[in-house]
Amino acid sequence: MITLIAVAPILSLLIWLPVIGALIIFATGDASEASARSVRWVALWTSLVELVLALGLLAAFDPQRTGFQFVERLAWLPQAGVSYHLGVDGISLLFVVMSALLTPIAIVASWREPRRVRAYMAAFLLLEALTIGMFESLDFMLFYVFFEGVLLPMYLIIGVWGGEQRVRAAIRFFLFTLAGSLPMLLALVWMWHHAGTTDMVTLMHTPISASAQNWLFIAFLFAFGVKAAVWPLHSWLPDAYGEAPVAGTVMLAAVLSKMGSYGFLRFSLPMLPQATLYFAPLMLALGVIAIIYLSFAAFAQTDMKRMIAYSSAAHMGMIVVGIFTLTVEGIEGALFQMISHGLVIAALFLCVGVLLARGQSRLLEHLGGLAVRMPVFATFLMIFVLANVGLPGTSGFVGEVLILAGAIKVNFWLALLAGSGMILSVMFMLVLVRRVLFDQSRSSVALAPPDVGAGEWLMLAPLAMLVLVLGIHPDALTVPFDRAVHGLVQQTGGVLAMKADLHHRMLAMVSR
Amino acid sequence: MMSVLPVLFIGLGGLVMLLAGVLARRDHSFAITAAAIIVLALAGRLVFVAPDGVVLHGLLVTNGFTRFADILVLLGAIGGLALSIAYNKRTGIGRFEYPVLVLFAVVGMIVLVGANNLLSLYVGFEIQSLALYVLAAFARHSLRSSEAGLKYFVLGALSSGLLLYGISLVYGFAGTTGFAGIARAFSGDNTAMIGSTFGLVFVLVGLAFKISAAPFHMWTPDVYEGAPSAVTAFFATAPKVAVMALLARVLLGPFGGMLVNWQMLVEILAAASMIVGAIGGMRQNNIKRLMGYSAIGQMGYVLMGLAAGNQAAVRGVLIYLTIYVVMSLGVFGCIVAMSRKGRPVEQIGDLAGMAAEDPRYALALAVFMWGLAGIPPLAGFFSKLYVFLAAVRAGLDGLAVIGIVTSLMAAAYYLRVIKVMYFDRGEPGFDQRTVGMNAVIYASAVATALFILMPAPITEASTYAAHALMSAGF
Repeated sequence: MITLIAVAPILSLLIWLPVIGALIIFATGDASEASARSVRWVALWTSLVELVLALGLLAAFDPQRTGFQFVERLAWLPQAGVSYHLGVDGISLLFVVMSALLTPIAIVASWREPRRVRAYMAAFLLLEALTIGMFESLDFMLFYVFFEGVLLPMYLIIGVWGGEQRVRAAIRFFLFTLAGSLPMLLALVWMWHHAGTTDMVTLMHTPISASAQNWLFIAFLFAFGVKAAVWPLHSWLPDAYGEAPVAGTVMLAAVLSKMGSYGFLRFSLPMLPQATLYFAPLMLALGVIAIIYLSFAAFAQTDMKRMIAYSSAAHMGMIVVGIFTLTVEGIEGALFQMISHGLVIAALFLCVGVLLARGQSRLLEHLGGLAVRMPVFATFLMIFVLANVGLPGTSGFVGEVLILAGAIKVNFWLALLAGSGMILSVMFMLVLVRRVLFDQSRSSVALAPPDVGAGEWLMLAPLAMLVLVLGIHPDALTVPFDRAVHGLVQQTGGVLAMKADLHHRMLAMVSR
Repeated sequence: MMSVLPVLFIGLGGLVMLLAGVLARRDHSFAITAAAIIVLALAGRLVFVAPDGVVLHGLLVTNGFTRFADILVLLGAIGGLALSIAYNKRTGIGRFEYPVLVLFAVVGMIVLVGANNLLSLYVGFEIQSLALYVLAAFARHSLRSSEAGLKYFVLGALSSGLLLYGISLVYGFAGTTGFAGIARAFSGDNTAMIGSTFGLVFVLVGLAFKISAAPFHMWTPDVYEGAPSAVTAFFATAPKVAVMALLARVLLGPFGGMLVNWQMLVEILAAASMIVGAIGGMRQNNIKRLMGYSAIGQMGYVLMGLAAGNQAAVRGVLIYLTIYVVMSLGVFGCIVAMSRKGRPVEQIGDLAGMAAEDPRYALALAVFMWGLAGIPPLAGFFSKLYVFLAAVRAGLDGLAVIGIVTSLMAAAYYLRVIKVMYFDRGEPGFDQRTVGMNAVIYASAVATALFILMPAPITEASTYAAHALMSAGF
C-alpha cells in the first residue's frame, strides 16, 4: 500500500476525488427522499475513501526528509511560469489529514438535514477538495485559487442552510473575506512580476527589498488575518459561526481558520523574513489582545454557539502569538495547537449540534441539568471543555505550553499576558459547563432528551480519543513537522540573528 | 482579394437573405436566422484563410491580432443570434430583417477591426452603428425599445461627430489618414504632436462612447434596459470587442509614439469606468440595468490593461475580452430565459427561489456572476489577473489599487443576484427554455467554470495576437 502511494499521484487524487463525488451527486439523483438517502451515502463513502487515502499519505510520509514530498508538477500556464505544483511537507501534511478527518464527521453531523440534500453534500465535498488543495499547493497562483475558491461553497452553506440571520452572515462572510484576499491578489501579481514565476519554492528563495516586504506583509496580513480572524479583523466571525449550520461551523472553525495561520507560516515567515521581524511585535500585540479581549467577549455571550465561537477566536490569538515568537518552541506549539484546536473546537460545535438536534435551545438560560439526563453527552462535553482550556493530559495543554515556552524566550510579560488567556478560558468554559450540564433550576429540565445515539458516538468518540492520545503522546504530531519547523526557523532566523538585539528591544517596548 | 473575403462573404450573404426575405410569401425568420448563423460560422473559417498583409491601398489590414478580434466578434454575433430565435418569436418581433441587420453590423465591425486608415475606420464605425441603432429600436411597438433606439442614435451621432472632428484634426496635423503615415508623422519629437493631441482626444472620446467608458457611459443602462434582451446580448459582446480592439490598434499603432500623451487619459477613463460601474450597479433592481453598469465596470478593467501600453497589456486586453464575451453571452442567455407565459420579466427579485426550482439554471447564473466578480476558480479571475499583471508591470499601482477596491464593491451586487436565487424564497415559474438558450447558457457556463483546466490555448493565442500587433506596429 505504502509503495503504491509513493508512485501514485496521491495529492491530485486527494483533490479530485471529492470533486468527482460532488459531480456524481450533482449529476444524478432528484428531489425524492430515496435519492437523498443515496446521496448521503455517496458523500459519506467519498469522504471516507478520502480519509483512508489521507491516512495512507501520513503513513508513507518520511519525517526524516526535509523539503517537500510526493511532489507533482504539470504545466499550467507554461509561458508565464505558473504550474500545477503540489507537494506536502510536515506542516501541510497534518492539515491535509485533519481536513480529511473532519469532512466525514461533518457529513455525519448533517445526516438529518432535510433541505436540498444534493446541493448540501456536493458543497461539502467541494469544500473539502478546495481546502485540501490549498494545503497541498506549491504554486502561489494555485494556492490563491483554492484559498479564494473556498468562499463559493461556504457562502452557499451559510446562506442556504444557516440560521435566522443567515443571509446577512453569508454576505458579510463573503465580502469580508474577499476584501481580505484582494490585497493578496495584488501581492500575488507583484511577486509574479518580480520573480517571473509563482512557484512558491522559488519565491521562498527570491530576495525582496525590505520596503516591498513591508507592503507585501500587510497584504498578506489582510488575507490571512481575516481568515484566521485575527483581532480586529474578526468581526465577521461571530455572525458566520453563529448562523452557519453546525457542520458548516465545524469546517469554518476547524479548517478554514487554519488556512489563515497556515498562510502566515507558508508565506509571511519564509518569504518576507525582514518584514516578519519588523511586524512581529505588532502581531504579538494583536495576538495578546485577541486572547484577552475575545475571552472577555466570550464571557459575555448568552448563546452557547457564539460563546464557543469567541473562544475559538481567542485561541486563534494564541496561535498567532506562537507563530510570531519566531522560535522553534513557539511555532511547534502553534502547529500543535492548530491541530488540537481543530479537533476540540469541531467537537464542541458538534456538541452544540447534538443539543440542537434534540430541539434544545442554544441559549444558555434555557439549558441546564443535562448531566443527569444525558450522562454520556456530559462526559464528552466535559472532555472537550477541559481540552479547550488546556488541562494537562489533553492535546490543548501541549500546544499552549509550547507556545508559552516560546513566548517566554521572547519576553516574560508576553508569556504572562498570553498565559492569562488560559485562565480566562477556564473561567468562561466552566460557566458554560455549569449552565448546560449542572444547573438544575432551569425550565427545560422537564424535557428528557435521549442520550447520545450511535451516529453521534461515531462523530464524538474518535475526536475524544484523538484529543486524549495527543495529550499523552504528543510526539505523534511533532515528529512529522519537527524538521520542517527547524528549517523554517533557520530560514527566517538568518535575518533574525542579525537583528536579534533590535528585535528584543522592540518587543520589550511593545509588551511593557 | 482573399483578405477581404470574410467581409464580402458576410455582406453578400446579408444581401441574399434580404432579397429572400422580401420575396418570400411567408415569414421565414427562423430559416434566415439559422442561415445567418451558418454564414457567420463559415466567415470564421474564412478569417483564417485570409493572408497577412495590407490590402486596398492600405485601407485594411489582416494579421494575428485582427483574426483574434474577428473571431470574438463572430462568436458574440452567433451567440446573440442563437438567443434571438426564441426571444423574438416569443415577444412577437420575429422578422427576417433582424438577422440581416446583425450581419450588416458584423460587416462594419470586421472592417473596424481591420481598419488601417482613419477613413476605413470611420466607414466601419458607421456601418456598424447604423445597424445597431435599428436593432435597439427593433421592438417597434414597445415604447421602451423606441426610446432606447432614439437615445442610442442621438448619443451615437454625437460620438460619430466627435470622432470625425478628431479625424479631421489628425489629418490636418499629419497630412494623411493612413495609419502608417500618421505613425511616421507622430514619431520622435515632432512639433505637430502638440496640436494633434487634440485630435487624439476627440478620437478617443468618440470611441469611448461606443465601449461605454465613463464619463461617456450615460446611454448604457437605458439602452441595455430598453432594447429587446436578445439585442442587448449582442450589444454587450460584439461591438464592445470590435471597438476595444480598434482602440488598442489605434492607440498602440499610429499613436504609439504619443504614449505619454494618451496614457493618462486612458487611465482616467479606466478609473472612472471602474468606479461608475461599481457604484452604479449597487441599487439596481432590473437585471439588464445591472448588466449595463457591470459592462461599464468591466470595460474599465479592459482599459486598465490597455493603459499599460505594451505587449503584456494587449495580451491582457484580449484575454479579458474573450472571457467577457463568453460570460456575457451566458448571462444574457439566462436573462432571455427569464419569462413567464411569454412575457419577459427583468427584475432581479423574479429570480427568487430559482435554486430550488431549477438548480442547473441557478448554478449557471451563479457561475457567471461569480465569474464577473472575478472569484477563482472561474474564468473571470484569470481575466482580471492578466490586466492587473499588465498594470503592475507598467507601474500603474494606483490604478491597480482602484481596481481592487472597485472589484470588491462590484462583488457586492453580483453576489446579490446569487443571494436572491439561493437564499430567498419564491416560485419563479419561468417558461420552458429552448434548445438555443440552453446551448448558449450551458456552453458558456462550462467554458467559464472549466477555463482553469485549460487556460493555455487562450493565453497563448492572445500572446501570439499581441505579438502580431506590436511587431507590425499596428
